[in-house]
Amino acid sequence: MTHRVSGFLLACFLVIGTGGVAWAHAFLDHAAPPVGSTLAAPPPVIRIWFTQDIEPAFSGIEVTDSAGARVDDGTPRVDDRDRTLLIVGLKNLPPGEYKVHWHVISVDTHATEGNFTFRVGP
Amino acid sequence: MNRPIQGLAALTAAALAALAAHEALAHGFAGDRFFPATILTDDPFVADEMSLPTVTFNPPGADGTHETDAEFDIAKRLTHDLGITFSDQWESIRQPGGLPTLHGTGGITTGVQYQLFINAPHEAMALVGFQQNWAHTGSVQALGAPDYTTLSPVFDWGKGMGDLPESLPWLRPFAITGNFSYDFPLKTTSYGPNGAVLHPNNFNYGIAIEYSLEYLQHHVKDVGLSAPFDRLIPVIEMAMTTPMNRGQGGQTTGTVQPGLIWAGQYYEISAEAIIPVNSLSGHGYGGLVQLHFFLDDIFPATFGRPVFGN
Repeated sequence: MTHRVSGFLLACFLVIGTGGVAWAHAFLDHAAPPVGSTLAAPPPVIRIWFTQDIEPAFSGIEVTDSAGARVDDGTPRVDDRDRTLLIVGLKNLPPGEYKVHWHVISVDTHATEGNFTFRVGP
Repeated sequence: MNRPIQGLAALTAAALAALAAHEALAHGFAGDRFFPATILTDDPFVADEMSLPTVTFNPPGADGTHETDAEFDIAKRLTHDLGITFSDQWESIRQPGGLPTLHGTGGITTGVQYQLFINAPHEAMALVGFQQNWAHTGSVQALGAPDYTTLSPVFDWGKGMGDLPESLPWLRPFAITGNFSYDFPLKTTSYGPNGAVLHPNNFNYGIAIEYSLEYLQHHVKDVGLSAPFDRLIPVIEMAMTTPMNRGQGGQTTGTVQPGLIWAGQYYEISAEAIIPVNSLSGHGYGGLVQLHFFLDDIFPATFGRPVFGN
């Protein structure tokens, strides 16, 4: 049985091994401001680092206040020198809680998304 | 045994050859939530994944035997929502009293799964499936592998707690997955050296309770966890089987399995203890380890995509 299973696996990998390149889903690695943090002063931008390179055309960040109004500048961009870094500028934020929604497609077309919050003020 | 595996290999090779450049989709995601592959509880999502191996050191049997199993299983998406599964295992039974150790294979199990829904905002998902454990595909005489086929409709579900209020941040990393299935053996009685053995209909049910440190760190609050600790998921699994008839009604067996999962980009490593829930289920303790591969991430352009469509 061991030889038969080995043969089956070998057959699979001989076929699939010809075109596969090892990339993967892009997970959030860390963010600035940090996930769930409270800041004394409003941040000028949101920076999110991912575990994989991401596609600029299909990746973005939206930031909303507690009323659901957009407070980002609407122009998210991938850093030229670090393709794992997604950045969006923010308007001047008054004290309150803000929700960050990110969605990215890694360079091998895997899609992931996520949310986190941060607070400005005491 | 040889012929079914050769046939499956040929079918798989043919399917792989037909792969086209389709959009790759996620494994085990519902919105923010990543559901890891659990060992005892069937996963509530269709996927391109493979466990090789799952090594189980079973609790000692009532007769003093020690069984060790090495299992292989693979799941493959045919379409975005439809998948197939295949598993088999090699078994070694060490007998007391100087009797020889027995080796062989268990019966082959195959399945078809359909993803009912994935609800991203509520981190919920469910699938229905149909599983078949095939007769005469294992070591029937040596190890008591089934000489009858069993058909089992299954229902698997999962729910993350990320939609709890922000005021409960420490509860939001919790998730629960569960499954229900019902066995229909196609033969009610087998005859062996010890006489007739009846095969009842069984009701199978189980849950896995997970606490995702990945979810805590990346979706709730940055608590300063870094690799590898930000990918750990403590879990406790429970699975029970209750025969419904043929003289065995109500004789429930099962195990409780606390453990730890580490889920990386391409593979997952799990280890669990095995605690029998009663004397019918075993004596003492056991344990298991599993190495699990995310084929959609390892082979995103080929085997990791659905065979048909996006």
